[in-house]
Amino acid sequence: MSLVKVTIDNIEVEVESGTTILNAARKIGGAVVPPTMCYYSKLEGSGGKCRSCLVKVAQGSTKDPRPMPKLVASCRTAVMDGMVVQNITSPEVMENRRAITEFLLLNHPLDCPVCDQAGECHLQDLSYEHGLVDTETVEERRTFAPIDIGDKIKLHMNRCILCYRCVMVADQLTDQRVHGVLGRGDHSEISTHITKAIDNDFSGNMIDVCPVGALTDKTFRFKSRVWFTKPFDAHRDCPKCSGKVVLWKKGDEILRVTGRKDKYGELEDFICNDCRFEHKENTDWTIEGPRKIERHSVISQNHYEKISKPEIQDNNS
Amino acid sequence: MFAHQSIPVTMAQQILLNNIKVPGLASFDVYRKLGGYTSVEKTLKNFTPDEVTAEVKKSGLRGRGGAGFPAGMKWGFIDKSTNNPRYFVCNFDESEPGTFKDRHIGQLNPHQLIEGMILGSYALGARTSYIYIRGELFYVLRIIEKAIEEAYANGFLGENILGSGYSLDLYCQPGGGAYICGEETALIESLEGKRGNPRIKPPFPAIVGLYDCPTVVNNVETISALPWIMNNGADAYSAIGIANSKGTKLISACGHINKPGIYEIELGLPVEEFIYSDQYCGGIRNGNKLKAVVAGGSSVPILPAELILKTAKGEPRLMSYESLAEGGFETGTMLGSGGFIVMDDTTCIVKNLLTFARFYHHESCGQCSPCREGTGWMEKILQRIEDGRGTMKDIDLLVGISKHIEGNTICPLGDAAAWPVASAVRHFRQEFEDHVKLQRCPLSK
Repeated sequence: MSLVKVTIDNIEVEVESGTTILNAARKIGGAVVPPTMCYYSKLEGSGGKCRSCLVKVAQGSTKDPRPMPKLVASCRTAVMDGMVVQNITSPEVMENRRAITEFLLLNHPLDCPVCDQAGECHLQDLSYEHGLVDTETVEERRTFAPIDIGDKIKLHMNRCILCYRCVMVADQLTDQRVHGVLGRGDHSEISTHITKAIDNDFSGNMIDVCPVGALTDKTFRFKSRVWFTKPFDAHRDCPKCSGKVVLWKKGDEILRVTGRKDKYGELEDFICNDCRFEHKENTDWTIEGPRKIERHSVISQNHYEKISKPEIQDNNS
Repeated sequence: MFAHQSIPVTMAQQILLNNIKVPGLASFDVYRKLGGYTSVEKTLKNFTPDEVTAEVKKSGLRGRGGAGFPAGMKWGFIDKSTNNPRYFVCNFDESEPGTFKDRHIGQLNPHQLIEGMILGSYALGARTSYIYIRGELFYVLRIIEKAIEEAYANGFLGENILGSGYSLDLYCQPGGGAYICGEETALIESLEGKRGNPRIKPPFPAIVGLYDCPTVVNNVETISALPWIMNNGADAYSAIGIANSKGTKLISACGHINKPGIYEIELGLPVEEFIYSDQYCGGIRNGNKLKAVVAGGSSVPILPAELILKTAKGEPRLMSYESLAEGGFETGTMLGSGGFIVMDDTTCIVKNLLTFARFYHHESCGQCSPCREGTGWMEKILQRIEDGRGTMKDIDLLVGISKHIEGNTICPLGDAAAWPVASAVRHFRQEFEDHVKLQRCPLSK
């Protein structure tokens, strides 16, 4: 595989040919990484829908230095050698991202105080970083009654931003898919087929991939705010999956079991429903130690780590 | 009296509607007697597939579905390096408000379309081709299916056509009736039996299309022009028209004109002549004053009378891709699909725009957030303004929303929803402000 050079926000990085702009930015890390609400590296064909990762390509490549006429979805656009990309250095991108955030919030209830996803919600983060203080809309939001789509999963369609991730999980991880998107435009909704329930072994991963609080774990709902729990890496011998999970404990009680997510909120491994829902005893697990949580996350509240103070460099000396 | 009356009326070259009034044209026998399918005989005998593509390129034929991309160039992108089958697909999903030209061909002259399908399929090396037709046009589907049967029976479809060694199967597939299925990648998804959602490009269909194979999708009108081009030659076709707008174009004219209908015009015809001459629209109804025109179907920017008749430079506006686009979106528009909607001075622009916005809101596929949320938001704001409940801030908000939809969506439906809104506010802002000030439509009694 040949290597190509791409410059993102004035930082040059060398990546394999065929890498997307987003993954090139992730290689750099930090603030130049565009946000993603629908892209999920573990799900084939995901991305390109939420448009929150749009970036400006100021130079197409060394061979063809013309800029791309429109903003492009960084999660679906491959880099070219000599490509110059602007993300946070482009006012146009920032303005559009703010607009996209507003679009995503247009039909999303601001029920963070009661939502089980609070503290882990990507839309909450996006809104905090790019949203407006006031909303420009006076229109009523669309409303749906919450429904059970299986004995362990609750669907709050009001909160859904139609990222299609759960549909892709169902499509790619489970057999006999029984749910999908119905309707068009802002009438679209995630739904099960009539009278069907989701009871596949890996259906619980739909909860983990949901970027907002539309799909929640019925065994954890309203048990605790996530920042009052303590996450631990743990594993067990599982015949169905890797068995590598995060246990979310309050005191000695395991309140929730999830897959392990990386710093971009994506699962390292999909886990089975047995591990997720059926094993809530400490004796079920081999605990490896505390889960490392990014310091900026609200989940890191009450999980202080001792930070070594960096040495101050005196440039004058 | 109108100045147009001194404009000399010239007969347009008839390529698509030449025999349209002949009784029984939809039957094979009548079509054949009038010279039908001679282009297939000629082409399969004398031209290689690459020579057909070269001929279409040379003719200057541009896609008549709306985008106006050169047809031959599009064919040239097809990936011939793979052993995968190639597909040629006819886009018969016509459903844009104001555009009703393709159904005319399908209903009255289906064999011309089939003849074009054979030529295009031969050029691309396709062994199976599809006519994807909007589900609501069921009566046209029946006519085309009958014509396909006749073409099979007479050896123009099927195995070893006319002993040339070339074989082609042609199917007519009805869609579910969603506007978005007229977008080529959504059409391909729908044809594959899936929900008609647009695909993210690249890859383009010429590389990865139907069933992941190289595919070309062309509009009915584009394909129907192929027999004439192959019969008369690329030079004859490119001699018709003007600049980079070659040949003829079907225009479906509607609204406040004396003679609504479907007209075949030579590209380059002055807009003023098209609106006012008796050969075409016959002027504005009841002698009213022209207020505005949407020149290329509801998805293009609306222009006020002074800008549709003359460009901002003061030159006469012509019915061509370049002339209608003159001035960009500030003072120009697009030829689009040729849906020519004329509005006289009794028209409320806000109400008209609300109708368009409702359509795009209803037809958005819902995949990408700017289009899914923005189209509905614009409709609600327009409804408020039309009902007299709007504010001055709403007018700027409309412009802001349209700006943030435009260019940020997966497919052009978002642009199609945004352009009419942005242009209507740009050219008719006073009318929006009057709605707000009077708290009602100023034109309502």
